Amino acid sequence: MKRNDWLLAAGILAVAVLLFCFQIFRETGDHAYVSVTVDGTLFGTYSMEEDQTVEINDTNRLVIREGSARMEWADCPDQVCVHHRGISRDGESIICLPNRVVISVDSTEQSDLDGIAQ
Amino acid sequence: MKNRAAYFGVFTALALIFSYVETLIPIHFGIPGVKLGLANLAIVIILYKTDFKEALLLSVTRVILAGFIFGSLFSILYSMAGGVLSLIVMTVMKQRKSFSIIGVSIAGGVSHNIGQLVVAMLVVETYRVGYYLPVLLIAGMVTGAVIGIVCREVLKRVQNIRFA
Repeated sequence: MKRNDWLLAAGILAVAVLLFCFQIFRETGDHAYVSVTVDGTLFGTYSMEEDQTVEINDTNRLVIREGSARMEWADCPDQVCVHHRGISRDGESIICLPNRVVISVDSTEQSDLDGIAQ
Repeated sequence: MKNRAAYFGVFTALALIFSYVETLIPIHFGIPGVKLGLANLAIVIILYKTDFKEALLLSVTRVILAGFIFGSLFSILYSMAGGVLSLIVMTVMKQRKSFSIIGVSIAGGVSHNIGQLVVAMLVVETYRVGYYLPVLLIAGMVTGAVIGIVCREVLKRVQNIRFA
């Protein structure tokens, strides 16, 4: 290995660690919720605090349990989203590419939904 | 050049077999895109033994065939973006001659993951996917290094064989 190889590896590692630290310091707030979008439009938002199961258009099934959300079932052949580990931290997301379904964790102190309820 | 078709056939078969072997590995890291990328072994060797054109042709052929056999239309789109981007990056870095095959392969692995991430962002129209960038950077680096080391050892042993 040449010296430049090590420099390249160190550079990539530094960028990755920097980005990772940035994510760690953004702690998830108390009122975390999961938002589901299908084809770029919002399908619904669901609280992370209560356990629930959400059917998304007969193509995917989302399960929220003990503060963690995961895709339990999908009708696509590759099952990438089903093998995805559960998400709980702010900004994390699971994507089902064939069905264009995105579920992601948000923890803004006041979500749009709360604003309407008040 | 008389053996070109024969060698190309052998390498296409090899790349396809690597793709197949990879689908047999039952470990899921929980994050899509984190995998060894065995097929890149064949691509990197072809790139060093012949030129960019041959490697590009092999890469595109492999992605389309493997996509139809083991994956879906989406996996073709994914792999194509990653494969073409990584090949361009590797070719540029190889020409600069300041990196060894391992550095070139590391850059290839990382740019492969970046290419896939960009496609994912465009398809689902969200920048959210970028959350996994750090993991994908490190995964690309590690797998790229492994592939690079294997390629170096293979190339040492096939020095006398001319592909084209």
